[in-house]
Amino acid sequence: MIVSARIATANFEIPIWVQRSLTTVGLLLAWEAASLAGLIPARILAAPSAVAGTAWEMLASGELESNLLVSLGRVLTGLSIAVFTGTTLALIAGLSRTGELAVDAPMQMLRTMPFLALVPLFILWFGIGETPKIALIALGGTFPIYLNLFSGIRAVDKKLVEAGNCFGLSHAALIRHVILPGALPSFLVGLRYSLGIAWLSLVVAEQVNATAGIGYLIDNARDYMRTDIIVVCLLVYSVLGLTTDFIVRTLERYALAWRPSFINVS
Amino acid sequence: MQNPTILAFRPPHGQAASGSAAPAPVVQLRAFTRRFGKHTVLDGIDLDIAEGEFVALLGRSGSGKTTLLRTLAGLDTVSEGEVKLPAARAVAFQEPRLLPWKRVWSNVLLGLEPKALGGTKAARALALQALSEVGLDHRVDAWPSTLSGGEAQRAALARALVREPKLLLLDEPFASLDALTRIKMHGLVASLWRAHHPAVLLVTHDVDEAIALADRVLILAEGKLIVEKPIELPRKRHPGQPEFVALRRYFLERLGVEAEDEMPEPIAKETMVGG
Repeated sequence: MIVSARIATANFEIPIWVQRSLTTVGLLLAWEAASLAGLIPARILAAPSAVAGTAWEMLASGELESNLLVSLGRVLTGLSIAVFTGTTLALIAGLSRTGELAVDAPMQMLRTMPFLALVPLFILWFGIGETPKIALIALGGTFPIYLNLFSGIRAVDKKLVEAGNCFGLSHAALIRHVILPGALPSFLVGLRYSLGIAWLSLVVAEQVNATAGIGYLIDNARDYMRTDIIVVCLLVYSVLGLTTDFIVRTLERYALAWRPSFINVS
Repeated sequence: MQNPTILAFRPPHGQAASGSAAPAPVVQLRAFTRRFGKHTVLDGIDLDIAEGEFVALLGRSGSGKTTLLRTLAGLDTVSEGEVKLPAARAVAFQEPRLLPWKRVWSNVLLGLEPKALGGTKAARALALQALSEVGLDHRVDAWPSTLSGGEAQRAALARALVREPKLLLLDEPFASLDALTRIKMHGLVASLWRAHHPAVLLVTHDVDEAIALADRVLILAEGKLIVEKPIELPRKRHPGQPEFVALRRYFLERLGVEAEDEMPEPIAKETMVGG
């Protein structure tokens, strides 16, 4: 911070992103130097240069891509199930009192449970194949979608609903033109939480006897004390998280273009 | 009360009874009563609104104005009495109630099937026409959140008029607008009414607004219509005219505002004194 402040006052026009990355670059250099000097042994933590080299090798051999695809597949499948289930349940609970009575209480009870604790039970139920992994991701992702969409539906402006009634919208048209668009911002918030949880569940799920996937690479690397591979995989996890967050944000910019905040930006 | 000679009082259903020349009422309420629990909000209301008639409804807060309007809008259930309404109704609310996620022109078409209007293009053309009528053709593709208060109310009027209502309900549509915009909107409503000639029920707090626009002014107090007075002053009415002043005094009195209670409101009251 001090460094960047000095540079700024010295009248060199240095782009802000350069200034922001100075600390990171400094830390990486220190890490590299410490590794070179033998202060950090490779079996504890590989040097940045070694990590970069390994990443390149893994990419070149296709090992990283193929395992990444497996992990992505798991997340997409699990998340699709979560979005579908969460949305359906939220619609049932949100659009009718009976639905709320039937759905909301059990959902509120279930959501308080740390769902990762279900892993042993899932293994007993579904074995150690793909099913428990996807089920875990699906379960964890369902709650944020449900909770946010449900409250979003309930928070839709009653006056708009009344206006819709006035202008002769049918029940279905009211849901389509008034309630769902009104609840969309909450749904997208839920989707972002859900994505975060999906990556988290993936990490846990892939530690259970995986034969492919990023988690499997990590597991393997641990056995051979390949800290460089572990670091590469951790980086992949965080890049995936950032990427999906970016995708949802882009989605928001298009889907919520009517919001004053987006209008002012564009 | 102070100037009864100018204002011959017409009995409530005189119009309908008086003969063949009078058009059939589009709204007919007989002994309409609405209770919420033990509380009677509307108590045996008899009301006819003729085709193309402009009626203003005055009343203090809590007098049942909103409940009556909601009934005429078909938003409330009718359990006691008789209510006849035309199928073609439209409402402009106090807040414009535009859907923020639909552009202005789609808001105008809310609830109308493009197919029934001859396709999306024809539907949009219809919306554009309605918007240009209210002077909003430059904001056709805008998001509602970017409209000013007056613009949003214009859009709401276009939305109401585009379905050619037999009955147009205006629920204090100008209450939240600034004074200058309000005056412009009065002119707009008057010209739209002349062009389309729907029956109008304007719910308002503003006595001057009621006198300026209406054929007949009603006052609702404690669930009963205590005043039904035709305004026979020729149009292009001005708050400075002596008849206007007399009417204002009369209505305010019936609303329970004594002359000395009247707030010295800046513009309107000064012109009144001057006239």
